[in-house]
Amino acid sequence: MPVIIASFLSGLIFGAGLLISGMTEPEKVLGFLDIFGAWDATLAFVMAGAVAVAAIGFALARRRGTPFLAAKYRWPTRSDLDAPLMTGAVLFGVGWGLVGICPGPAIVNLAGLSPPIIVFVAAMIFGMIGFELWRAQSTAGSAPESSNIASRADG
Amino acid sequence: MHNLTPFSGLLGGALIGLAASMLMILTGRLAGVSGVLGGLLTPRPGDRAWRVAFIAGLIAAPLLAALAGAPLPAPRMTSNMALIALAGLLVGFGTRIGNGCTSGHGVCGFARLSTRSITATLIFMITAIITVAIARHGFGG
Repeated sequence: MPVIIASFLSGLIFGAGLLISGMTEPEKVLGFLDIFGAWDATLAFVMAGAVAVAAIGFALARRRGTPFLAAKYRWPTRSDLDAPLMTGAVLFGVGWGLVGICPGPAIVNLAGLSPPIIVFVAAMIFGMIGFELWRAQSTAGSAPESSNIASRADG
Repeated sequence: MHNLTPFSGLLGGALIGLAASMLMILTGRLAGVSGVLGGLLTPRPGDRAWRVAFIAGLIAAPLLAALAGAPLPAPRMTSNMALIALAGLLVGFGTRIGNGCTSGHGVCGFARLSTRSITATLIFMITAIITVAIARHGFGG
């Protein structure tokens, strides 16, 4: 139960950060990505603030050998650059650039139940399920490594 | 630069960093939204409750703000539903095969100085910038 409360509060603060920063508004995001238009640098400030605080928080976490509510930290462990990483980043970049919404803001915006957001989140979940089906197909017959994938995920 | 809101950007960003720090120090988990959500869609059982709780927290943020008088989010965006659906599919599939999105790779990955995440972030930023350049100005980056 404490893990569930901690996760909920973390999501709540994360969502508040997205709302306060303006990143739930696709126009703010597209304004940053539109470097040939009326450029809006706000997203860079959001990233700077988030990375600076997370870097301190993660350093404190590493100094403490184990998390407060779990047996161990699940830090991503991979360091190789592979084709799926880069292909995925390209596909995500195109989708993000088309409408200015990424997964975090999509879910926060879901609270407003506006039709475009419902369509986006439904399509995003379809895309994620499509990935699971594709992965199941491509790993069928080879050694099962699905238990590895979770701990190897980057984010 | 006339739309720049640096202070709310920094404050909001700091809260995002705080949330990611909190999730790691308390539960040992990485606050990457596509990974948290995608983990709910895998055939593997187990470790679902914390994911549901984190997602519920994200949705609860604007609902609590609404209780305090703020309007519910109604983002201004294109009315082209086919384009929105295509974008959603690309974001969903792309973030899963690429193991992360703006939060997992962009925020947490940069904070960890992960080569993979920094590479992924540069690629999706540049791709998104080119996409916007083509969509809005009709030329490549």
